[in-house]
Amino acid sequence: MSVQIEESPTTQGDVITNYTINFGPQHPAAHGVLRMIMELDGEVIERVDPHVGLLHRGTEKLIETKTYLQALPYFDRLDYCSPLCQEHSYVLAIEKLLNIEVPERAQYLRVLFAELTRICNHMLNIGAHVMDVGAMTPNLWVFELREDCLNFFERASGARMHSAWFRPGGVHQDVPEKLLVDIGDWLDNRFFQLFDDAMSLVVDNRIFKQRNVDIAVVGRDDAIAWGFSGPMIRAAGIPWDLRKSQPYDVYERMEFDVPVGTNSDCYDRFMVRLAEVRESAKIIKQCIRDIPQGPIASTDGKVSPPKRGEMKQSMESLIHHFKLYTEGFHVPEGEVYVATESPKGEFGVYLVSDGSNKPYRCKIRPTAFSHLQAMEMMSKGHMLPDATAILGAIDVVFGECDR
Amino acid sequence: MTVLHSAPKYASNDGVLAKLSKAMGKSLIDADEAHGEIVLTVKREKIAWALEKLRDKHDYQQMMEIAGADYPDRVERFEVVYMLLSITKNHRVMVKCSTDEATPVPTITTLWPNAGWLEREVFDMYGVVFDGNPDLRRILTDYGFEGHPFRKDFPMTGYTELRYSEDEKRVVYEPVDLPQDMRTFDFLSPWEGSEYVLPGDEKADAEKADGKKGGDK
Repeated sequence: MSVQIEESPTTQGDVITNYTINFGPQHPAAHGVLRMIMELDGEVIERVDPHVGLLHRGTEKLIETKTYLQALPYFDRLDYCSPLCQEHSYVLAIEKLLNIEVPERAQYLRVLFAELTRICNHMLNIGAHVMDVGAMTPNLWVFELREDCLNFFERASGARMHSAWFRPGGVHQDVPEKLLVDIGDWLDNRFFQLFDDAMSLVVDNRIFKQRNVDIAVVGRDDAIAWGFSGPMIRAAGIPWDLRKSQPYDVYERMEFDVPVGTNSDCYDRFMVRLAEVRESAKIIKQCIRDIPQGPIASTDGKVSPPKRGEMKQSMESLIHHFKLYTEGFHVPEGEVYVATESPKGEFGVYLVSDGSNKPYRCKIRPTAFSHLQAMEMMSKGHMLPDATAILGAIDVVFGECDR
Repeated sequence: MTVLHSAPKYASNDGVLAKLSKAMGKSLIDADEAHGEIVLTVKREKIAWALEKLRDKHDYQQMMEIAGADYPDRVERFEVVYMLLSITKNHRVMVKCSTDEATPVPTITTLWPNAGWLEREVFDMYGVVFDGNPDLRRILTDYGFEGHPFRKDFPMTGYTELRYSEDEKRVVYEPVDLPQDMRTFDFLSPWEGSEYVLPGDEKADAEKADGKKGGDK
């Protein structure tokens, strides 16, 4: 790497050299395995070259050798902070190719748990962002709330993180009525008390503002050109939310607002997420209020498995069960690109089917890829410690970025 | 076809296909609408021109994704698919072109800055070269990796494995040595076209061939 040497008026002619440092790949503020080669002039960042791919596991290639159902759990392991939202894109892509109807109750459940995932994800990101710029306490408090969310996932699916609960045609299992009651209770009586308490320490905090306001300002045009999505584009003042503009499942029946920022700096990104948590809570409450009774998976026996009880009675159900869990279902030939609003932005799945029981090609569009790519554009001219604030505001998770 | 699924609903596709096909003019190879998705296939050398026209004249402001795909049976085996999104029209369209191992695809880093990494990824995974990309390094694979892992002829297990060697006190790379063959199961129904070659089957074919000869005897 070339080293630039220049004279500085402040050091009485002593030679100052630009130097290159390695940020990561094992750095707590790198949110995983990000390696950034930074060229610094003193403490000012001149150039950033993010090296990604240290967590590349070849998910897309693995999916090509699995049936559609077997490939589903890989999606939990992409963005391991918001597993159900990743599954959402994938099951919707399959459903779009199959063109099957999803029962209403399943759609409500999916929306409810996608929003709970959004809260869960933002709890992690808000806490981590605050901790990246030096505050410890709020993180511990919001982690408590994240823990509650994970408990809810466990009660619904049996797994705390890697739920694999959404299925093509619906969800895997129905939830007990008590769980819905408890989620509503939690939102009414516990969540906001703790959350507001924790956030009251942060939002008007002088140090927090000093570290975030006017850091990494991205204009509207830049945000569009760099392919930003999610809170990153909304912080730039563009009210673009796929749940609103391209509604899927029952989002069109939900009443919620799309919070936008005005300055497009790290502070706005943080505040957009904060407001989004409140909107998610609204959506969850509407889901709990309106959710109908009924089946939770498609009634098409060629796609979703029969009930255990039916299998003991009906030969046809037994055959369906056997075929679904060995051969799997066949998906008609074609290609679709389905993108949903994951907590981090647009998470897309480009699915190519050749008519067999395995995807021919499954390209995953990670949210972090275009955001991280803009790292150099965003951090040029800022100080080294600002890089951690910028990373925290991007909300990167490397499971998803590297796939 | 009635839409039963609940996948994202964006602005209607009515008339968009005809309009965009007309705009693409002679550089259009194929235009298709299936499963509610509009896919335009354009000539490789015209891809940058086509995308620029879609961005500037038809309001597809964002380029969200570039996906590679490998179809080894075709003459030009690779497909490069660009996903465009219009924020103002609330619409999506896919544009694609095809290429082979040797022929470069014109870069679109001049149109969208985020194309840089996405093109690097297609290059890394498939070996498609992008002409004009200023920084066409590998991106996801290991430093010093050889080959293009997402090609269909690249084995699932790869060619090298690595481990920490206690003797050399460093990570060493070795050729893959599997104690057990990789298990691939073919679950396709026998009456739906998979070929199960059972021992002894070749005799049946041999007899057929013999049968023809037998007529001469």
